[in-house]
Amino acid sequence: MSQAPPPTPGPSTAGPPAQHTDGVVRVEHLTKTFGSGPGAVHAVHDLSFEVRPGRVTGFLGPNGAGKTTTLRMLLGLVAPTSGTATIGGRRYDQIERPAHVVGAALEAASFHPGRTARDHLRVYAPQVGVPDSRADEVLALVGLAEVAKRRVGGFSLGMRQRLALATTLLGDPPVLLLDEPANGLDPEGIAWLRGLLRALAREGRTVLVSSHVLSEVEQTVDDVVIIARGQLVHASSLPDLARLARPRVSVVSPDAAALDALVAAHGWTVGASGRDGDAASYELLDVSAAQVGAAAFGGRVELHRLAGQDVGLEDLFLQLTAAPAQQTSAEAPAPGPGPAPVPSSTAPQTDAPAGGER
Amino acid sequence: MTRAALVAEYRKLVTTRLWWILLAVMAAYMALMAAGLGWSLSQGDVSTGTGDELVLTPDDVVRSVYTVAVSLGYVFPLLVGALAFSAEFRHKTITPTLLAEPSRTRVLLAKLGANGAVGLLFGAVGTLAAVVAGGGVLAAIGEETFLGSAATWRSIGLSVLALALWALLGTALGSVMTNQVAVIVVVLAFTQFVEPIARVVLSMTSWGSRVAAFLPGAAGEAVSGGSLYSATGMTSLLSWWQGLLVLLVYVVVLSAIGRVTTLRRDIT
Ligand SMILES: Nc1ncnc2c1ncn2[C@@H]1O[C@H](COP(=O)(O)OP(=O)(O)OP(=O)(O)O)[C@@H](O)[C@H]1O
Ligand SMILES: [Mg+2]
Repeated sequence: MSQAPPPTPGPSTAGPPAQHTDGVVRVEHLTKTFGSGPGAVHAVHDLSFEVRPGRVTGFLGPNGAGKTTTLRMLLGLVAPTSGTATIGGRRYDQIERPAHVVGAALEAASFHPGRTARDHLRVYAPQVGVPDSRADEVLALVGLAEVAKRRVGGFSLGMRQRLALATTLLGDPPVLLLDEPANGLDPEGIAWLRGLLRALAREGRTVLVSSHVLSEVEQTVDDVVIIARGQLVHASSLPDLARLARPRVSVVSPDAAALDALVAAHGWTVGASGRDGDAASYELLDVSAAQVGAAAFGGRVELHRLAGQDVGLEDLFLQLTAAPAQQTSAEAPAPGPGPAPVPSSTAPQTDAPAGGER
Repeated sequence: MTRAALVAEYRKLVTTRLWWILLAVMAAYMALMAAGLGWSLSQGDVSTGTGDELVLTPDDVVRSVYTVAVSLGYVFPLLVGALAFSAEFRHKTITPTLLAEPSRTRVLLAKLGANGAVGLLFGAVGTLAAVVAGGGVLAAIGEETFLGSAATWRSIGLSVLALALWALLGTALGSVMTNQVAVIVVVLAFTQFVEPIARVVLSMTSWGSRVAAFLPGAAGEAVSGGSLYSATGMTSLLSWWQGLLVLLVYVVVLSAIGRVTTLRRDIT
């Protein structure tokens, strides 16, 4: 299987993207409960977020978090218990020629094993509204041109992923929803996918990619939407998320004035601060607990709490998704060795749109 | 849009190998049965089964040779239709199908349309095989072929129609039963055992015989006129248009059930 030429997905046959939609994917108070009674599964619960065009958004969460269920609700395959999921302001089934507007590939790549790659695409081409020749274009684009006439039953996982991606690109859609597209790709394939997704976003398309590991999409995404147990735990730009991963120190003093002066004197970056009567609390960034402790000792400032957190992005992701989703405050320490609480500035912000930083 | 859905469904059918394997088997099987039946006619005694009081005109008998596919071969278009939905669920292609056409009603109608067309092909090929093989044998042994008679050709045409209806019935059944193994078992069990036995048992009483005429197999035979079972006097049949209506009622009822059960569910 040869690598595709540099990604240039625009076909000669379809117009520029974003012609039927503003490309905004919006999920509002979306809830899905499978089954009823004691055996009911609360797959998604009051989930709200927004995905913007021109950016690659990572839709992240551990296994069973509800990513696939959310995408299926966006695509009209699963009926929400409550809430709405729209693309360009419309429900999927209200979009005229939806495959022309939204390209979606869901986790279980779905092909008839007896069909060839080209025939698979030719089956959907009429409804997407593109000529059969478009099948060969997208096959070339994903690097499957040489195996176009082979039956899909003999394809490797990576080849299936590429074919699934080719299917989504058939209609040159302005919105792409991809469920774990990197699954089964070799490192070269992942690098290729990264380039393709970035190029698609650069063209102004909305690109949503799900994954259960942050590191897999870290180099690809601009924004992140992180869910766990069906609920939103974080939505922001990647830099904003990364900022949370900076070393930070949580410090509390009963002498607010002294602590204020200490912080000001050392010029520490303040992540968050709080006041409770005479007491003050600070979240300090880019500084270690040892430095703060030494400075407080030198300045004779009484401390009631001094806790350092040094977390990497992946650790942060684990923290965000492992703790039961709750509105924790920075001051409330997590009991025992369990995951640290989510700092208040990043606590679940249910209707904060992704990509605040533009 | 609807045309596109029809084309898509048609392509789904013809890009897999199953349909032409079934078509080839059907053609061979029908040719064999018609040839055998045609030859047995030359042996004089056609009244297998219920005895010598039976009075059959020769063209009745010959018609049952040409329309043997309706009596014995309807399982092929039925299967092709029945597998249309189960294949989508088995290989999870129902997801891209519904992404391309979110209206589930339209998907169902497109499948009925495309499978009806393929059913016509099965009907034409199966019937043609019977006519060629049966007529060939009759001609070879010096019997009258009745191929010059309009009534014969009418039966042949109605045989094609009846077989196409079976493909529709299969598609409708498949919309209700999406498990591939289950639907195959049900189709084979019903067509090979349940209905034939039910027809024999029911025909023992006069009211039962009237009920039996409404079974799908009997209705299908009614469409094409002559048939093996009726030729042997085992059951009475409806008129051709009544048979057609009965089959269509089965199609509509099963499709409606499929639409409000299977096709209302979440696709996960
Ligand atoms: N049809 C269904 N019936 C019952 N429960 C379901 C159904 N589909 C999904 N679930 C449940 O909903 C929850 C969310 O599943 P979902 O597939 O959306 O998770 P995910 O985030 O995609 O996980 P993964 O990373 O493993 O793909 C899980 O607990 C799952 O068991
Ligand atoms: Mg999933």
